[in-house]
Amino acid sequence: MLGPVAAGLAGAVGPAFGWAPELGAAGVSLEAWRTLFGWPGLARAAGLSLSVGVLATGVSLAITLLICAGWQGTRVWRWVERGLSPILAMPHAAAAFGLAFLIAPSGWAVRAASPWLTGWETPPDVLVVQDPLGLALVAGLVAKEVPFLLLMTLAASAQAEAGRTLLVARALGQGRVSGWLKAVLPRLWPQIRLPVYAVLAYSMSVVDVAAILGPNAPPTLAVRIVGWMNDPDLSWRAVAAAGALLQLGLVVGALAAWRIGEDLVGRLGRRWAEGGSRWPAAAEGAARGAGLPAAAVTAAAAGFGLAGLAVWSFAGLWTFPDALPDGWTLRSWARHGPGMAGPALATLGIALAATLVALGLAAACLETEFRRGRRPGAGALWLLYVPLIVPQVAFLPGLQRLALAAGLEGGWASIAAAHLVFVLPYVFLSLSDPWRAWDRRWATAGAALGASGWGVLWRVRAPMMLAPLLTAFAVGFAVSVGQYLPTLLIGGGRVPTLTTEAVALASGGDRRAIGVWALAQAGAAAAPFLLAALGPRLIWRNRRALVG
Amino acid sequence: MRLFGWVAALAFAAGGAAADPDPADWDAVLEEARGQTVWWHAWGGSVRINDYIAWSAREVEDRFGVRVEHVKLSDTAEAVSRVAAEKAAGEAEDGAVDLLWINGENFAAMKEAGLLFGPWAEDLPNWRFVDVENKPVRTDFTVPTEGLEAPWATAQVVFYHDAARAPQPPRAMAALAEWAEANPGRFAYPQPPDFLGSTFLKQALVELSGGPEALYRPLDEADYEAVTAPLWAWLDRLTPNLWRGGRAYPQSGPRLKQLMADGEIDLAVSFDPNEAASAVANFELPETVRTYVLDGGTLGNVSFVAIPFNSGSKAGAMVLADFLLSPEAQARKADPAVWGAGTVLDVEALPDEARARFEAIEVGVGGIPPEDLGEILPEPHPSWMTRLEEDWQARFGVSR
Repeated sequence: MLGPVAAGLAGAVGPAFGWAPELGAAGVSLEAWRTLFGWPGLARAAGLSLSVGVLATGVSLAITLLICAGWQGTRVWRWVERGLSPILAMPHAAAAFGLAFLIAPSGWAVRAASPWLTGWETPPDVLVVQDPLGLALVAGLVAKEVPFLLLMTLAASAQAEAGRTLLVARALGQGRVSGWLKAVLPRLWPQIRLPVYAVLAYSMSVVDVAAILGPNAPPTLAVRIVGWMNDPDLSWRAVAAAGALLQLGLVVGALAAWRIGEDLVGRLGRRWAEGGSRWPAAAEGAARGAGLPAAAVTAAAAGFGLAGLAVWSFAGLWTFPDALPDGWTLRSWARHGPGMAGPALATLGIALAATLVALGLAAACLETEFRRGRRPGAGALWLLYVPLIVPQVAFLPGLQRLALAAGLEGGWASIAAAHLVFVLPYVFLSLSDPWRAWDRRWATAGAALGASGWGVLWRVRAPMMLAPLLTAFAVGFAVSVGQYLPTLLIGGGRVPTLTTEAVALASGGDRRAIGVWALAQAGAAAAPFLLAALGPRLIWRNRRALVG
Repeated sequence: MRLFGWVAALAFAAGGAAADPDPADWDAVLEEARGQTVWWHAWGGSVRINDYIAWSAREVEDRFGVRVEHVKLSDTAEAVSRVAAEKAAGEAEDGAVDLLWINGENFAAMKEAGLLFGPWAEDLPNWRFVDVENKPVRTDFTVPTEGLEAPWATAQVVFYHDAARAPQPPRAMAALAEWAEANPGRFAYPQPPDFLGSTFLKQALVELSGGPEALYRPLDEADYEAVTAPLWAWLDRLTPNLWRGGRAYPQSGPRLKQLMADGEIDLAVSFDPNEAASAVANFELPETVRTYVLDGGTLGNVSFVAIPFNSGSKAGAMVLADFLLSPEAQARKADPAVWGAGTVLDVEALPDEARARFEAIEVGVGGIPPEDLGEILPEPHPSWMTRLEEDWQARFGVSR
């Protein structure tokens, strides 16, 4: 995992310090850095990256913890789980477009209330989307990151024995929420720490969502870097490289600060837990009550956003303030449908290859670990996370150059290999905890019945792990479907996928076209989730305990 | 600079590359092109342009046996950096890009970095129909093309307004500031360095400065301060009355059109005289939208197709470029029902049958007939655009 990232980063360091042979510059200079620091918007762009990243991560984490603390194990919890997992499958850009149309002054929410309630015949001139503080961007990120963190927390809960721990805490007279925060969270945290870091790094350096929902005068640093990278004047690439290194520095700094904050909160939390005080019932109720609407708003924002895009894909003329289109038409689908087969096939093929390889690798690692009885150290886990934490803008251009030099670009196989770098960490994460939580005594029982190590794996473990395996597959598949920059840069544009087509059309802003392609993209990513939800039920109709 | 092309061609020969096709021997080009696949990198943000490209791909495959694949870019510079990266990696024989839709700064950058194949464009059979007299097909933003790119389409600055909401739009840049004062928040332009946003700045500069000769030469500091002073004063006046008070900008022409469709603005700028008409036909804009030009004339330019130095299908790319220049393809492109981009051909000089195709084109609701487009003002030297974009960034891009 480290190889491609390190090679890619090296490709950014060169140009940033004046070494770019293709531009006829071979030497060492600080010119790019001077230009970068001379940009008047730099302080605010960097500040925005920081504030958006920290705020989005903090809010997502708070919502996730509140839902888990208040509702884990209840009937409501099952419902929350089912409602949020489809959002996980939605590509970030599609979710951002949906949200933008929902909350804009001319958006669906205002249309629904105009003019009968608001009296507006024309949309109000208020800065909601692309606000200078980046709050709309934070909202868009939260809507996508809460389901991810929930899934990760869920996977970790089994190992942390959340249910029994909570039982003990409650037996000691603690409330549901405070008991969970005091007893379960400390056991859970080491396992969700890395996913949280991934969310922080992603939120700070995201490009597509920030370009749609984020401010633009100035934009966040990552968006500006891509702008420089795409400047027709090729000498700006050096400034982009310097900016990418600065972005990396920011992310590392923020992660370090977050780590220090963790220690601080941990220390305060321990004092709180050891104090033994109890929350009054009203506070418990309020905390429980806050989690649910927060989750509902998150799910609704993403759900209505997608519904809005679906309506657009069938819309005739649809002007403000009509709540629904003047007319309905299949024209958009008829227009794009026929051309969709090729990209859809490429998307599925690449995702299938990358995810299956990732699944195989992850299972092999975990099985080796199981047989040797040794857990990998924290260092190995960090290694796995490097591609998620280092901003894509920082290392992908360098990686492209490497692939070109090695003659590896262009085909499906090399794109799938590039996707693997991003798919593997997610697959490993979602598979590792169920794998490790598996009761060793099953293996002993299998061996006692004469099964070899492989026999135990295939005939005992694999059937029991069907549900987690399918979930891990679905997560990996969705990650692969959503990849834009790796597909474009490594594929040289010669392999169009649903995502590259959707992003290209998104640059044209035609909501009908975006609706069609975003739905197709979301469908491609969601299908495996459906499979993961239904598959075990169908296959294990007569073995209910295996459904999981 | 024609010399440069030959030097580059010689360099390939020395490097052991296969001999490049010679457009002067067109039969040999056709022969070589058969069976080749041309990866055409072109902006993919417009459904109707994509459809037109798909049509030309089908025709070229049927007629000449050349397969054409449209690589849909969200920004042309992606392909430019691709070619630059390939050059750095030593990929000189079969790069990812075979044909590129390009103009202005991107062309200037590629030409300067030696990333283009040629000269070839003026040897194309259909070059004889090109209007070399009246259309700027031999210079691209004042930079000589020298046969390194073939003209494809013309564009001209127009404005469109919703006549139901804004019946009296301003007909000059100076009047626009007053109009915005009377209608705050109802006009926007895309954020430079977006192509259309920068063009809007240049249009304002040309008009407000009186269009002095200095604009058409490389930038000179002394001139720059004096010439641009009226522009900045005008922008200071306009900006508080822009959409969102100038605290946010749409990021592109299509996003601007979306604002119009959503009723967030009443007046918009475009670089495509038929954009509004096709949007009406496509249910994107209401039928009350109208297109017009400014009284003092508006900027116009030509966009081109170019072949990178390392294309592995140069013959196929030339065959495609030649087809795109044919009266049939140009007439179809000029039809607002299909795309509506202006032609680079001299329609008057065409054979009767070909001319009839152009004369049969109907202007749709909300469009503007070619004869009403008024005077075309030439583009300033690219150095002005670069400097304007930088200064705009410093003054308006981060100030609020």
